Amino acid sequence: MGVEKFLFYVFVLIAVFASLGVIGSRNPVRSALFLVLAFVATAGVWLLLQAEFLGIVLILVYVGAVMVLFLFVIMMLDINLTPLKEGFARYLPIGIVVALVVLAEMAMVLNPTFFGLQNFPSPVALAVTDSNTKMLGQLLFTEYLFAFELAAVLLLLSIVAAIVLTLRRRHQSEALYQDVGVQVRVQASDRLTMVKMAPTVKANAPEQGAE
Amino acid sequence: MMDMMLQVLAPELLILIAAMTLLVGDTFWGHRYKALTFQLTLVSIALTALVILASFSTTSVQLFNGAFIRDGVADVLKLSMLFMTFFAFLFARDYLVQRNIERGEYYVLGLLSLLGMMVLASSYDMVTLFMGLEIMSLALYAMIAMQKDSGFAIESAMKYFVLGAMATGLLLYGMTLVYGNVGSLQLATIYQTLATTEESLVLSLGLVFILVGLAFKFGAAPFHNWVPDVYHGSPTGITLFLSSAPKIAAFALMFRLLIEGLEAALMQWQSILIILAILSLVVGNVIAIAQTNLKRMLAYSTISHMGFILLGFLTGNVGGYAAAMFYVVIYALMSLGGFAVIVALSRKGFEADNIADLAGLGKRNPVLALTMLVIVLSMAGIPPFVGFYAKLVVLTEVVEAGLTWLAVFAVVMSVIGAYYYLRVIKVMYFDQPAEENAHNADFANASLRYGLILVATLVLMLGILPDGLLTLFNDVMMY
Repeated sequence: MGVEKFLFYVFVLIAVFASLGVIGSRNPVRSALFLVLAFVATAGVWLLLQAEFLGIVLILVYVGAVMVLFLFVIMMLDINLTPLKEGFARYLPIGIVVALVVLAEMAMVLNPTFFGLQNFPSPVALAVTDSNTKMLGQLLFTEYLFAFELAAVLLLLSIVAAIVLTLRRRHQSEALYQDVGVQVRVQASDRLTMVKMAPTVKANAPEQGAE
Repeated sequence: MMDMMLQVLAPELLILIAAMTLLVGDTFWGHRYKALTFQLTLVSIALTALVILASFSTTSVQLFNGAFIRDGVADVLKLSMLFMTFFAFLFARDYLVQRNIERGEYYVLGLLSLLGMMVLASSYDMVTLFMGLEIMSLALYAMIAMQKDSGFAIESAMKYFVLGAMATGLLLYGMTLVYGNVGSLQLATIYQTLATTEESLVLSLGLVFILVGLAFKFGAAPFHNWVPDVYHGSPTGITLFLSSAPKIAAFALMFRLLIEGLEAALMQWQSILIILAILSLVVGNVIAIAQTNLKRMLAYSTISHMGFILLGFLTGNVGGYAAAMFYVVIYALMSLGGFAVIVALSRKGFEADNIADLAGLGKRNPVLALTMLVIVLSMAGIPPFVGFYAKLVVLTEVVEAGLTWLAVFAVVMSVIGAYYYLRVIKVMYFDQPAEENAHNADFANASLRYGLILVATLVLMLGILPDGLLTLFNDVMMY
């Protein structure tokens, strides 16, 4: 228990530190990298909760794919952050008040009286041989088959929607338009005109000037 | 087993197969036969409706370990969704063609949205409910944004998307809290567990999040701010769709989640719904008076109608739910007609979406004006039109539930609301048309003409003979 608790606090502290870094750092690239750190620390917490599949997926999908894309976007866009940060000092007092009120509200509800272990007993620990991946897979294809199929429809729908909204069919008149098919199909006769000429052509005598 | 599954799932499967076929097929025939995708869409919707009618449920059948249910309520709701979608596609076609929105993908997105709604109507656990909601909403966002050359459409799609995503997040958060409290995603299990356990604060917290999410989806005040902007900014042909079938789906969402899942917590959500209903009635009816834009006015009128539907829910008895279902179907029908009139009056490069654009319609096009008259009177709740009857059944149930003051308040608000409906009629019949509108009021096409006449006839006939439909709704509610 001792090691687990120690690891938990290490991961949680890293996560809190990284989250503060996300909103605190001036450089957006650093913020994104802090978010990566927060994800990794959270994945560690999930591993401690015996949700190893989710922990690994978090790293593979969010850190490996989503955040890399995010970093690309940030670097490409070159956003000027100064206008976004304008008035920070001016709005700070009311921001702090709102944050404190929300914190107090959350503390009133989300405390051990209502969410404690006596209301929600902790789940039984899984055996070492139990594999998260296998269990999830079995549930997904039996009990949640319908939702799984619907998720497939949802994914297809988002692909169709994204293509509909971004694909612009360009017309011949537009500049920079390339039709590869036409370029490949082109014949020599389309571009070259063979002209029959006599081997020697008599140069026209230049007209004499007034001199 | 397999045969039974196919039979129960047939409506959803048909719509899904139609969407897939059209998605692939349109790339082949789209250039040559421009209308084929449109026609096939209508055929598949009609076919699905026939399949449901042929196998109309009198008992409830559950599939996929209780994730999917097919009962009378689901069938009635699906039939009304199919009806509304059919006419929304039919009415909007010319409008969309003129604005270069009508492409094969439009019908694919529309059919998938319809699929999401049908799944919503049939879902019996929270995951299915959520997936249905997402399929429906995502397709709607994309459909609005398909008018790429209109800044208004893009803006309204963005607003709808951002606010819709936030509402979905709230709803999902509430669902996780309920799941954490009960330990099951299935609505039937939640219902049984809550009936036997005492209330807990965790459940109330989840309930609040769920109600806020539902109010957003319904467009009930004070979570209504997106409704006028989205209705106004979207191309009218799509507002037509947006304001009819998805409202029925929102009813399905609320019915499944609140009644079939959380009815035991009635005492907790009833008071919240009373506040939402009062605010919706006030905001909808009072702010609508100040509108000069017909689409915005109809949007505010939607908010007040949503207040009436919430009134039906908060009675907490089967009659009230049936009345709310009756109201939402009738509302969708009237809304379909109202926006179709705007579509009929618009032409390329001109949106007839100001109330002033209706001036002199009574002389320019008597049939269209008469249709609008019937629809507007029905929305105002004036007998003998069906809108009156829908209000009447809801109010009767509210009085029976012992909330007479609330019923009186709703009536007072309706009287205030009657002002802006009557103003539309005044503009149509007594105002002189503006110069440039004087000579254009011929119907764009026959389908719009006869479709609108059909809608108006239905509004009148159902108002005179509402008993059949109402009895049916009561029966399916009873199982």
